[in-house]
Amino acid sequence: MSTFVYMTRCDGCGHCVDICPSDIMHIDETIRRAKNIEPNFCWECYACVKACPNHAIDVRGYADFAPMGHSVRVRREEEKGTISWKIKFRNGKEKNFVSPITTKPWGKFIPKLAEGDKPNQDEINSQTLYNEPEGLNTKKELPTISKDSFKKGVYY
Amino acid sequence: MIYNNPFSTLAEIVSPLAMQGFLIMMIVLVILGTLVDIMHKKNVKYFFENAKKAKKSATRELRSGEKASIIAKTVIYDIGTTSELGAGKRRVAHLLGMYGTILFWIASAVMVFCYSSPSTNTPSVWPIIWHAGAIMTVLGGCWFWFFLRVDVYSEAQPWYRVIKADLFVLALIATSLFGLIWSYLQSLNLNDRWDDKVFLVLYIVSNLVLFGGVYWSKFAHMFYKPGAAIQKNLAEADGSRDNLPPPADKPEQFGLGIKREAPKHY
Repeated sequence: MSTFVYMTRCDGCGHCVDICPSDIMHIDETIRRAKNIEPNFCWECYACVKACPNHAIDVRGYADFAPMGHSVRVRREEEKGTISWKIKFRNGKEKNFVSPITTKPWGKFIPKLAEGDKPNQDEINSQTLYNEPEGLNTKKELPTISKDSFKKGVYY
Repeated sequence: MIYNNPFSTLAEIVSPLAMQGFLIMMIVLVILGTLVDIMHKKNVKYFFENAKKAKKSATRELRSGEKASIIAKTVIYDIGTTSELGAGKRRVAHLLGMYGTILFWIASAVMVFCYSSPSTNTPSVWPIIWHAGAIMTVLGGCWFWFFLRVDVYSEAQPWYRVIKADLFVLALIATSLFGLIWSYLQSLNLNDRWDDKVFLVLYIVSNLVLFGGVYWSKFAHMFYKPGAAIQKNLAEADGSRDNLPPPADKPEQFGLGIKREAPKHY
Protein backbone atom coordinates (compact mmCIF):
# COMPACT_ATOMS: atom_id res chain seq x y z
CA MET A 1 0.00 0.00 0.00
CA SER A 2 1.79 3.11 -1.18
CA THR A 3 1.55 6.46 0.55
CA PHE A 4 -0.08 9.73 -0.43
CA VAL A 5 -0.29 13.17 1.18
CA TYR A 6 -3.28 15.21 2.26
CA MET A 7 -2.31 18.63 0.96
CA THR A 8 -4.50 20.54 3.41
CA ARG A 9 -2.70 18.94 6.35
CA CYS A 10 0.86 19.05 5.03
CA ASP A 11 2.90 22.09 5.99
CA GLY A 12 5.97 21.15 3.96
CA CYS A 13 8.24 20.53 6.97
CA GLY A 14 10.35 17.93 5.13
CA HIS A 15 10.34 15.14 7.74
CA CYS A 16 9.04 12.63 5.18
CA VAL A 17 11.53 13.82 2.56
CA ASP A 18 14.29 13.29 5.07
CA ILE A 19 13.24 9.85 6.25
CA CYS A 20 12.08 8.12 3.04
CA PRO A 21 14.51 5.24 2.34
CA SER A 22 13.36 5.06 -1.26
CA ASP A 23 13.82 8.81 -1.81
CA ILE A 24 10.39 9.16 -3.37
CA MET A 25 8.94 11.74 -0.99
CA HIS A 26 9.67 15.12 -2.51
CA ILE A 27 8.49 18.70 -2.36
CA ASP A 28 5.94 19.77 -4.93
CA GLU A 29 7.29 22.53 -7.15
CA THR A 30 4.03 24.45 -7.31
CA ILE A 31 2.68 24.38 -3.78
CA ARG A 32 5.73 23.36 -1.74
CA ARG A 33 3.98 20.49 -0.01
CA ALA A 34 5.25 16.91 0.16
CA LYS A 35 4.22 14.35 -2.44
CA ASN A 36 5.02 10.76 -3.30
CA ILE A 37 6.59 11.12 -6.73
CA GLU A 38 6.59 7.40 -7.56
CA PRO A 39 4.12 5.21 -5.63
CA ASN A 40 5.34 2.14 -7.58
CA PHE A 41 8.69 2.44 -5.86
CA CYS A 42 7.22 2.77 -2.36
CA TRP A 43 8.73 0.16 -0.02
CA GLU A 44 5.63 0.41 2.16
CA CYS A 45 7.82 0.90 5.22
CA TYR A 46 5.45 3.67 6.41
CA ALA A 47 8.38 5.62 7.85
CA CYS A 48 6.91 8.81 6.37
CA VAL A 49 3.43 8.01 7.71
CA LYS A 50 4.85 7.65 11.20
CA ALA A 51 7.23 10.60 10.96
CA CYS A 52 4.67 13.15 9.74
CA PRO A 53 3.98 15.55 12.64
CA ASN A 54 0.69 16.67 11.05
CA HIS A 55 -0.78 13.24 10.26
CA ALA A 56 -0.88 14.35 6.64
CA ILE A 57 0.25 11.05 5.09
CA ASP A 58 -2.05 8.14 4.55
CA VAL A 59 -1.73 4.82 2.73
CA ARG A 60 -3.76 3.70 -0.22
CA GLY A 61 -4.40 -0.01 -0.67
CA TYR A 62 -4.11 -1.70 -4.03
CA ALA A 63 -7.46 -1.74 -5.81
CA ASP A 64 -7.57 -5.54 -6.17
CA PHE A 65 -7.82 -6.31 -2.46
CA ALA A 66 -8.72 -2.95 -0.94
CA PRO A 67 -11.24 -1.19 -3.14
CA MET A 68 -12.10 2.44 -2.51
CA GLY A 69 -13.57 3.48 0.80
CA HIS A 70 -11.05 2.03 3.23
CA SER A 71 -8.61 3.99 5.36
CA VAL A 72 -5.36 3.25 7.21
CA ARG A 73 -4.24 6.00 9.54
CA VAL A 74 -1.62 6.35 12.22
CA ARG A 75 -1.01 8.57 15.26
CA ARG A 76 2.48 8.67 16.69
CA GLU A 77 2.83 10.04 20.21
CA GLU A 78 6.46 10.57 21.08
CA GLU A 79 5.96 11.56 24.71
CA LYS A 80 4.04 8.35 25.38
CA GLY A 81 6.29 6.26 23.16
CA THR A 82 3.26 4.81 21.36
CA ILE A 83 2.11 4.41 17.83
CA SER A 84 -1.58 3.79 17.16
CA TRP A 85 -3.11 2.47 13.94
CA LYS A 86 -6.71 2.63 12.88
CA ILE A 87 -7.75 0.41 10.01
CA LYS A 88 -11.17 1.11 8.57
CA PHE A 89 -12.55 -1.44 6.15
CA ARG A 90 -14.84 -0.67 3.29
CA ASN A 91 -17.82 -2.20 5.09
CA GLY A 92 -17.29 0.13 8.07
CA LYS A 93 -15.53 -2.45 10.26
CA GLU A 94 -12.72 -0.92 12.32
CA LYS A 95 -9.57 -2.32 13.90
CA ASN A 96 -7.40 -0.37 16.31
CA PHE A 97 -3.86 -1.23 17.36
CA VAL A 98 -1.48 0.44 19.79
CA SER A 99 2.21 -0.53 19.83
CA PRO A 100 5.26 0.85 21.61
CA ILE A 101 7.69 2.86 19.47
CA THR A 102 10.44 1.91 21.86
CA THR A 103 10.65 0.73 25.43
CA LYS A 104 13.69 2.83 26.30
CA PRO A 105 14.25 6.59 26.08
CA TRP A 106 15.80 7.52 22.76
CA GLY A 107 19.39 8.58 22.52
CA LYS A 108 20.49 6.54 25.56
CA PHE A 109 21.57 3.31 23.89
CA ILE A 110 23.40 4.40 20.79
CA PRO A 111 26.11 1.89 19.81
CA LYS A 112 29.45 3.72 19.79
CA LEU A 113 30.76 2.18 16.58
CA ALA A 114 33.64 4.61 16.22
CA GLU A 115 35.06 3.43 19.54
CA GLY A 116 34.89 -0.27 18.59
CA ASP A 117 37.73 -2.37 17.18
CA LYS A 118 38.45 -1.99 13.50
CA PRO A 119 37.54 -5.16 11.57
CA ASN A 120 40.42 -7.18 10.12
CA GLN A 121 40.44 -8.43 6.53
CA ASP A 122 39.05 -11.87 7.47
CA GLU A 123 36.09 -10.25 9.21
CA ILE A 124 35.50 -8.00 6.21
CA ASN A 125 35.49 -11.01 3.87
CA SER A 126 33.26 -13.01 6.19
CA GLN A 127 29.57 -13.59 5.45
CA THR A 128 28.59 -12.46 8.94
CA LEU A 129 27.65 -8.85 9.58
CA TYR A 130 29.09 -6.50 12.18
CA ASN A 131 28.56 -7.75 15.72
CA GLU A 132 27.31 -11.17 14.58
CA PRO A 133 26.74 -13.65 16.10
CA GLU A 134 27.16 -11.90 19.56
CA GLY A 135 24.71 -9.16 18.63
CA LEU A 136 22.05 -11.76 17.97
CA ASN A 137 22.42 -12.97 21.55
CA THR A 138 23.74 -16.34 20.48
CA LYS A 139 27.18 -17.79 20.91
CA LYS A 140 26.54 -20.54 18.40
CA GLU A 141 27.27 -20.34 14.69
CA LEU A 142 24.47 -18.86 12.62
CA PRO A 143 22.00 -21.49 11.35
CA THR A 144 22.33 -22.59 7.75
CA ILE A 145 19.89 -24.45 5.54
CA SER A 146 21.10 -27.39 3.55
CA LYS A 147 20.29 -27.06 -0.14
CA ASP A 148 19.11 -30.70 -0.11
CA SER A 149 16.17 -29.63 2.01
CA PHE A 150 14.83 -27.23 -0.62
CA LYS A 151 11.69 -28.19 -2.45
CA LYS A 152 12.02 -29.89 -5.77
CA GLY A 153 11.61 -27.50 -8.64
CA VAL A 154 13.26 -24.54 -6.91
CA TYR A 155 16.71 -23.98 -8.36
CA TYR A 156 19.50 -21.83 -6.94
CA MET B 1 11.68 58.25 6.38
CA ILE B 2 9.55 56.14 8.69
CA TYR B 3 7.38 59.12 9.69
CA ASN B 4 6.60 60.01 6.05
CA ASN B 5 3.51 58.79 4.27
CA PRO B 6 4.88 57.90 0.81
CA PHE B 7 1.39 57.99 -0.70
CA SER B 8 0.74 61.63 0.25
CA THR B 9 3.99 62.67 -1.46
CA LEU B 10 3.01 60.56 -4.46
CA ALA B 11 -0.33 62.40 -4.55
CA GLU B 12 1.53 65.43 -5.94
CA ILE B 13 1.90 63.58 -9.27
CA VAL B 14 -0.79 60.83 -9.09
CA SER B 15 -4.37 61.54 -8.03
CA PRO B 16 -5.56 59.84 -4.80
CA LEU B 17 -8.48 58.40 -6.79
CA ALA B 18 -6.05 56.57 -9.10
CA MET B 19 -4.25 55.11 -6.06
CA GLN B 20 -7.54 54.02 -4.51
CA GLY B 21 -8.63 52.52 -7.84
CA PHE B 22 -5.34 50.58 -8.03
CA LEU B 23 -5.85 49.19 -4.53
CA ILE B 24 -9.43 48.14 -5.32
CA MET B 25 -8.15 46.51 -8.51
CA MET B 26 -5.67 44.48 -6.42
CA ILE B 27 -8.49 43.26 -4.15
CA VAL B 28 -10.57 42.30 -7.20
CA LEU B 29 -7.58 40.43 -8.65
CA VAL B 30 -7.19 38.43 -5.42
CA ILE B 31 -10.89 37.51 -5.36
CA LEU B 32 -10.89 36.54 -9.05
CA GLY B 33 -7.66 34.55 -8.76
CA THR B 34 -8.92 32.65 -5.72
CA LEU B 35 -12.27 31.87 -7.38
CA VAL B 36 -10.57 30.57 -10.54
CA ASP B 37 -8.20 28.53 -8.37
CA ILE B 38 -11.15 27.04 -6.46
CA MET B 39 -12.98 26.19 -9.69
CA HIS B 40 -9.90 24.67 -11.29
CA LYS B 41 -8.68 22.58 -8.35
CA LYS B 42 -12.16 21.80 -6.97
CA ASN B 43 -10.50 21.89 -3.56
CA VAL B 44 -13.39 23.58 -1.77
CA LYS B 45 -15.82 21.01 -3.19
CA TYR B 46 -13.52 18.22 -1.95
CA PHE B 47 -13.17 19.93 1.41
CA PHE B 48 -16.91 20.13 2.05
CA GLU B 49 -17.55 16.59 0.77
CA ASN B 50 -14.84 15.34 3.09
CA ALA B 51 -16.30 17.29 6.02
CA LYS B 52 -19.73 15.77 5.30
CA LYS B 53 -18.22 12.28 5.22
CA ALA B 54 -16.38 12.96 8.48
CA LYS B 55 -19.63 14.06 10.13
CA LYS B 56 -21.07 10.58 9.52
CA SER B 57 -18.34 8.97 11.59
CA ALA B 58 -18.66 11.52 14.42
CA THR B 59 -19.15 9.96 17.84
CA ARG B 60 -20.78 13.01 19.39
CA GLU B 61 -22.75 16.03 18.26
CA LEU B 62 -21.11 19.39 18.95
CA ARG B 63 -23.33 22.15 20.33
CA SER B 64 -23.10 25.53 18.64
CA GLY B 65 -21.42 27.09 21.72
CA GLU B 66 -18.79 24.35 21.69
CA LYS B 67 -18.23 24.85 17.96
CA ALA B 68 -17.85 28.60 18.43
CA SER B 69 -15.31 28.11 21.22
CA ILE B 70 -13.28 25.61 19.10
CA ILE B 71 -13.32 28.01 16.15
CA ALA B 72 -12.27 30.94 18.38
CA LYS B 73 -9.48 28.86 19.92
CA THR B 74 -8.31 27.76 16.46
CA VAL B 75 -8.28 31.34 15.17
CA ILE B 76 -6.32 32.63 18.17
CA TYR B 77 -3.92 29.75 18.71
CA ASP B 78 -3.61 27.67 15.52
CA ILE B 79 -3.99 30.47 12.99
CA GLY B 80 -2.80 33.46 15.02
CA THR B 81 0.40 31.76 16.12
CA THR B 82 0.72 29.26 13.20
CA SER B 83 1.04 26.47 15.76
CA GLU B 84 0.99 23.87 12.98
CA LEU B 85 4.63 24.71 12.26
CA GLY B 86 5.71 23.64 15.76
CA ALA B 87 8.39 25.46 17.70
CA GLY B 88 11.39 26.66 15.76
CA LYS B 89 12.79 28.89 13.07
CA ARG B 90 10.12 28.13 10.45
CA ARG B 91 7.40 29.34 12.77
CA VAL B 92 9.24 32.55 13.73
CA ALA B 93 9.98 33.35 10.08
CA HIS B 94 6.35 32.64 9.15
CA LEU B 95 5.02 34.83 11.97
CA LEU B 96 7.34 37.69 10.94
CA GLY B 97 6.17 37.42 7.33
CA MET B 98 2.50 36.95 8.20
CA TYR B 99 2.13 39.83 10.69
CA GLY B 100 4.48 42.02 8.67
CA THR B 101 2.30 41.55 5.59
CA ILE B 102 -0.93 42.16 7.49
CA LEU B 103 0.44 45.39 9.02
CA PHE B 104 1.85 46.51 5.66
CA TRP B 105 -1.44 45.95 3.83
CA ILE B 106 -3.65 47.51 6.52
CA ALA B 107 -1.39 50.60 6.76
CA SER B 108 -1.31 50.86 2.95
CA ALA B 109 -5.12 50.75 2.75
CA VAL B 110 -5.55 53.31 5.55
CA MET B 111 -2.98 55.72 4.10
CA VAL B 112 -4.30 55.41 0.53
CA PHE B 113 -7.96 55.85 1.48
CA CYS B 114 -7.68 58.35 4.34
CA TYR B 115 -4.42 60.24 4.05
CA SER B 116 -3.40 60.26 0.39
CA SER B 117 -4.12 63.92 -0.30
CA PRO B 118 -1.06 66.23 -0.04
CA SER B 119 -3.05 68.64 2.14
CA THR B 120 -3.90 66.11 4.91
CA ASN B 121 -1.61 65.33 7.81
CA THR B 122 -0.99 61.64 8.36
CA PRO B 123 -0.77 60.53 12.01
CA SER B 124 2.80 59.27 12.38
CA VAL B 125 1.61 55.86 13.61
CA TRP B 126 0.49 54.75 10.13
CA PRO B 127 3.78 55.37 8.28
CA ILE B 128 5.58 53.66 11.19
CA ILE B 129 3.28 50.60 10.90
CA TRP B 130 3.74 50.57 7.11
CA HIS B 131 7.54 50.63 7.34
CA ALA B 132 7.70 48.19 10.27
CA GLY B 133 5.39 45.78 8.42
CA ALA B 134 7.52 45.98 5.29
CA ILE B 135 10.73 45.37 7.25
CA MET B 136 9.18 42.38 9.07
CA THR B 137 7.99 40.92 5.76
CA VAL B 138 11.41 41.31 4.15
CA LEU B 139 13.15 39.77 7.17
CA GLY B 140 10.75 36.82 7.50
CA GLY B 141 10.57 36.25 3.75
CA CYS B 142 14.35 36.36 3.19
CA TRP B 143 15.03 34.16 6.22
CA PHE B 144 12.60 31.62 4.81
CA TRP B 145 13.77 31.88 1.20
CA PHE B 146 17.50 31.78 1.84
CA PHE B 147 17.68 29.36 4.76
CA LEU B 148 14.45 27.53 5.60
CA ARG B 149 12.95 26.38 2.29
CA VAL B 150 12.45 22.68 2.70
CA ASP B 151 13.56 21.83 -0.83
CA VAL B 152 16.90 23.47 0.02
CA TYR B 153 17.06 22.32 3.65
CA SER B 154 15.92 18.71 3.20
CA GLU B 155 16.35 18.01 -0.50
CA ALA B 156 19.79 19.58 -0.98
CA GLN B 157 18.63 21.82 -3.81
CA PRO B 158 20.80 24.93 -4.32
CA TRP B 159 19.46 28.14 -2.71
CA TYR B 160 19.33 29.94 -6.08
CA ARG B 161 16.97 27.41 -7.67
CA VAL B 162 13.68 29.25 -8.27
CA ILE B 163 10.48 27.24 -8.76
CA LYS B 164 6.82 28.13 -9.21
CA ALA B 165 6.22 27.71 -5.48
CA ASP B 166 8.58 30.67 -4.92
CA LEU B 167 6.35 33.08 -6.84
CA PHE B 168 4.39 34.07 -3.74
CA VAL B 169 7.26 34.56 -1.32
CA LEU B 170 9.48 36.33 -3.87
CA ALA B 171 6.67 38.66 -4.96
CA LEU B 172 5.94 39.38 -1.30
CA ILE B 173 9.59 40.19 -0.54
CA ALA B 174 9.88 42.27 -3.73
CA THR B 175 6.75 44.30 -2.92
CA SER B 176 7.92 45.16 0.59
CA LEU B 177 11.55 45.74 -0.37
CA PHE B 178 10.77 47.97 -3.38
CA GLY B 179 8.22 49.83 -1.26
CA LEU B 180 10.84 50.50 1.40
CA ILE B 181 13.48 51.63 -1.12
CA TRP B 182 10.94 53.85 -2.88
CA SER B 183 9.94 55.44 0.42
CA TYR B 184 13.59 55.98 1.39
CA LEU B 185 14.51 57.60 -1.94
CA GLN B 186 11.39 59.73 -1.81
CA SER B 187 12.37 60.99 1.65
CA LEU B 188 15.75 62.20 0.29
CA ASN B 189 14.05 64.94 -1.77
CA LEU B 190 16.01 64.21 -4.93
CA ASN B 191 14.17 66.88 -6.90
CA ASP B 192 12.69 64.84 -9.74
CA ARG B 193 15.65 62.55 -10.14
CA TRP B 194 14.93 59.16 -11.72
CA ASP B 195 15.75 56.90 -8.70
CA ASP B 196 12.50 56.96 -6.73
CA LYS B 197 10.42 56.72 -9.91
CA VAL B 198 12.21 53.55 -10.95
CA PHE B 199 11.49 51.98 -7.57
CA LEU B 200 7.90 53.21 -7.69
CA VAL B 201 7.49 51.38 -11.00
CA LEU B 202 9.13 48.26 -9.52
CA TYR B 203 6.80 48.54 -6.49
CA ILE B 204 3.75 48.72 -8.81
CA VAL B 205 4.96 45.80 -10.96
CA SER B 206 5.68 43.59 -7.93
CA ASN B 207 2.20 44.38 -6.58
CA LEU B 208 0.70 43.36 -9.92
CA VAL B 209 2.67 40.09 -9.85
CA LEU B 210 1.73 39.37 -6.23
CA PHE B 211 -1.99 40.08 -6.52
CA GLY B 212 -2.41 39.18 -10.18
CA GLY B 213 -0.57 35.87 -9.79
CA VAL B 214 -2.91 34.37 -7.18
CA TYR B 215 -3.98 31.57 -9.54
CA TRP B 216 -0.36 30.49 -10.15
CA SER B 217 1.09 31.17 -6.72
CA LYS B 218 0.59 30.01 -3.14
CA PHE B 219 -1.26 33.23 -2.26
CA ALA B 220 -4.58 31.45 -1.63
CA HIS B 221 -3.07 29.28 1.12
CA MET B 222 -3.83 32.26 3.37
CA PHE B 223 -7.52 31.40 2.97
CA TYR B 224 -7.33 27.59 2.70
CA LYS B 225 -5.08 26.90 5.68
CA PRO B 226 -7.31 28.56 8.31
CA GLY B 227 -10.31 26.64 6.93
CA ALA B 228 -8.43 23.36 7.12
CA ALA B 229 -7.25 24.11 10.69
CA ILE B 230 -10.83 24.79 11.84
CA GLN B 231 -12.11 21.59 10.19
CA LYS B 232 -9.27 19.56 11.75
CA ASN B 233 -10.04 20.78 15.29
CA LEU B 234 -13.80 20.31 14.85
CA ALA B 235 -13.17 16.73 13.63
CA GLU B 236 -10.93 16.07 16.64
CA ALA B 237 -13.65 17.34 19.00
CA ASP B 238 -16.59 15.46 17.46
CA GLY B 239 -14.69 12.15 17.50
CA SER B 240 -14.50 11.63 13.73
CA ARG B 241 -10.81 12.72 13.78
CA ASP B 242 -10.49 12.32 9.98
CA ASN B 243 -10.27 8.55 10.63
CA LEU B 244 -7.20 8.97 12.85
CA PRO B 245 -6.95 6.66 15.86
CA PRO B 246 -7.71 8.27 19.22
CA PRO B 247 -4.78 9.27 21.44
CA ALA B 248 -3.32 6.17 23.11
CA ASP B 249 -4.52 5.47 26.62
CA LYS B 250 -0.97 5.49 28.02
CA PRO B 251 0.91 7.82 30.37
CA GLU B 252 3.55 10.17 29.05
CA GLN B 253 6.76 8.44 30.02
CA PHE B 254 9.53 9.62 27.71
CA GLY B 255 9.07 13.38 27.75
CA LEU B 256 11.05 15.66 25.53
CA GLY B 257 13.97 13.25 25.30
CA ILE B 258 12.15 11.35 22.59
CA LYS B 259 11.64 14.38 20.32
CA ARG B 260 12.35 13.83 16.64
CA GLU B 261 15.41 15.26 14.94
CA ALA B 262 15.21 18.13 12.45
CA PRO B 263 15.00 16.93 8.82
CA LYS B 264 18.48 17.93 7.69
CA HIS B 265 20.32 14.74 6.92
CA TYR B 266 21.45 15.64 3.44
